[in-house]
Amino acid sequence: MSFTRRILMAGSALLMGIAGAAAQAYPNKPITMIVPFAAGGPTDVIARIVGEHMSRTLGQTVVIENVAGAGGTTGITRASRAAPDGYTIMMGHMGTHGAAPGLYPNLAYKPQTDFTPIGLAAGTPIVIVTRKDLPVKDLKEFIDYAKKNEKTINQAHAGSGSVSHITCVLLNEMLKINPTPIPYQGTGPALNDLVSGKVDYMCDQIVSVQGQVAGGGVRGLAIATTARSPSLPNVPTTMEAGLSLFQVSAWNAVFAPKDIPAEAATKLRDALVKAVTDPATKAKLEGLGGVVPDAAGASPEALARLVRTENDRWVPLLQSRVKQ
Amino acid sequence: MELLTNLAHGFAVAVTPMNILLCLIGALVGTLIGVLPGIGPIATIAMLLPITYKLDPTGALIMLAGIYYGAQYGGSTTAILVNLPGESSSVVTAIDGHQMAKKGRAGTALAIAAIGSFIAGTFGTILVAALGKPLTSVAQAFGPADYFSLMVLGLVCAIVLASGSVLKAIAMIFLGLLLSTIGTDLETGEQRMTFGLLPLADGIEFVTLAMGMFGFAEILRNLENTESRDLVQQKVTNLMPTKADMKEAAPAIARGTVLGSILGILPGGGAVLAAFGAYTLEKKIAKNPQEFGKGAIRGVAGPESANNAAAQTSFIPLLTLGIPPNAVMAVMVGAMTIHGIVPGPQIMTKQPDLFWGLIASMWIGNLMLVIINLPLVGLWVRLLRVPYRMLFPAILLFCAIGVYSINNQPFDVVLTAFFGLTGYMLIKLGFEPAPMLVAFVLGKIMEEKLRQAMLLSRGDPWTFLDFSKHPISTVLIVVSVVLLILAVTPALRKKRDEVFVED
Repeated sequence: MSFTRRILMAGSALLMGIAGAAAQAYPNKPITMIVPFAAGGPTDVIARIVGEHMSRTLGQTVVIENVAGAGGTTGITRASRAAPDGYTIMMGHMGTHGAAPGLYPNLAYKPQTDFTPIGLAAGTPIVIVTRKDLPVKDLKEFIDYAKKNEKTINQAHAGSGSVSHITCVLLNEMLKINPTPIPYQGTGPALNDLVSGKVDYMCDQIVSVQGQVAGGGVRGLAIATTARSPSLPNVPTTMEAGLSLFQVSAWNAVFAPKDIPAEAATKLRDALVKAVTDPATKAKLEGLGGVVPDAAGASPEALARLVRTENDRWVPLLQSRVKQ
Repeated sequence: MELLTNLAHGFAVAVTPMNILLCLIGALVGTLIGVLPGIGPIATIAMLLPITYKLDPTGALIMLAGIYYGAQYGGSTTAILVNLPGESSSVVTAIDGHQMAKKGRAGTALAIAAIGSFIAGTFGTILVAALGKPLTSVAQAFGPADYFSLMVLGLVCAIVLASGSVLKAIAMIFLGLLLSTIGTDLETGEQRMTFGLLPLADGIEFVTLAMGMFGFAEILRNLENTESRDLVQQKVTNLMPTKADMKEAAPAIARGTVLGSILGILPGGGAVLAAFGAYTLEKKIAKNPQEFGKGAIRGVAGPESANNAAAQTSFIPLLTLGIPPNAVMAVMVGAMTIHGIVPGPQIMTKQPDLFWGLIASMWIGNLMLVIINLPLVGLWVRLLRVPYRMLFPAILLFCAIGVYSINNQPFDVVLTAFFGLTGYMLIKLGFEPAPMLVAFVLGKIMEEKLRQAMLLSRGDPWTFLDFSKHPISTVLIVVSVVLLILAVTPALRKKRDEVFVED
């Protein structure tokens, strides 16, 4: 055996070894899930619960990386530019994939075309809450009150572009009321001033407000869903309260960058469906007040449809109401 | 008596072997990340969340809480040894603490910080247990107008008591306020002074600014001036405080504890205001204020006690209302929700194990921390003997990792380097970074509260002086104005030179 031949053989063996490693089934290393919000928030909690179960199915850890900023668009921008190999995925959100094009004219990604939709994880419905001593009993009385006291009523929100901001923009548009919006640096301080009665009402996700509603710190007027939430059985739905068109949920869904390998997309989708249909995980998510999709609802097709309808709903509204 | 039964129940929960172990792990990890510059409790708690999934919620929270207050102990270490405040609340500790280190009294400074923190932590814990509920209503009484006026008072203190040139101090305060406005406008969502850079969209992180202005700038200064850094290394005298030191520090610890406990309840800048306020107070009532800024032990004892007391009482809004008062507490809320506990006013009644167990563990954790930290003092001081040419690259590396870990953003590291150069130039020109950092921290809250108060009053600037609606605000504004007037009288003008001297 000549030296050259030996080199060649060693070389081809090495190449085969590399090819073997590449052919080794996805996933063969940890997967990073970018969460575009700070640790501890509703999207982060949902991502951690779902990611933990997906890790078990995939046989590789799903590592949560929080990249917060600019209403979640910083993290999604970065995730959208990651290598499309299925090892970087993201927890997209009503804000980042539904409303962002209406809020950020220079948005660096297109929600409908720049991603591989994997599936819906869970939505947390919006609850309309008021300070506990506002002289209204239900949504109907609230609407009358808000119209009569248009000059004095104050609505809190968690900062421009936040879920609590844009959902109340929609509510106010539907009710044709013009409160003074008071911006806060996040849900915590906004809720704090609502509990102490310094502002009159706000819209926010059930997971953030249910403790205060149940504990009597604030009053829950209506939940923006078709069915009552087991977490807040005493809060009527907007259907019951006569505002059936106000159906809003801050949904959270897994996306991957555009053009990931088909095998990776299938495996991720299966792992996600398995996670959200697992009774223990489902119970955890529902304990937060989350609405968990069934297998069909968690499909990539359903998610692609959801992104389209959400873009249609939010973008024109926000362009006209927020950015004049 | 109900309190005692409850506390007994809490201790029964907290002293199970598992929970003791978790508390110890939390305290140790907290100390470690406190010592490592830049790596803060938020990133650490977020990183450690996954390992708490398998634990019961009480144990998980005991560990995570340990990380938080453990970091307060550790945070003073780098501030004292290398003039590097890792937490916003240890900015003031660095002023006199590092001067003590330069005089060879690093051990004393570290020990007094640990002892002060323990006493403050104990008092804070008792306060949380005994008066949590009534104190919540005190915090609730503070509206946007009141917060704004509190921040005004804070800034006036910074102006009145800045050293060197008043003009330069005021300039630095305005620079701090200006820097705090970088980022997205809260109300309109418009980007302000970001030059279209996405990483600036949420403004500058405190740690980025502090690491640059203090840490990096200090390193540059030390590399240029070998004498001052050798001072720290060669003269290490006694490690433990003497009786005279203790006697000197005791009243400062007591005052810092009380001030910190009160300010800690307020959401937002509580801990920073506490440390800063305690320093100002100590300096103002001192018999020989000229010692401050040159290594006064009270300048370490007061603020260190204050920030740890505030760390304990900042649990009050979380535990009694379920509303997180700061970013660390927000992650704790996340930890609770992952474990299926809905944060809200019912935690105390629905989760008595968690509520009282956590409170009991906070005292146990503080005890562990003082036991861990006192022997460590010797070790840390020995660390100073490491040749500077080896120490400074390590500090730079840890700073870079820490800054990166906040947002996982490489841009932040570049920004820190930029602030390092800026800080170096400013020191050379006689501008002090401390008033700027205080203004930066207060500025963010101040702007938010100003706009809320103005919106709520429909644009009436007199709302801050409307005694019938905002009595707290009115009193705070009056105090601020009185302080300002006093500032122009010669007696106090002399005193002004004595706070915030760093060299």
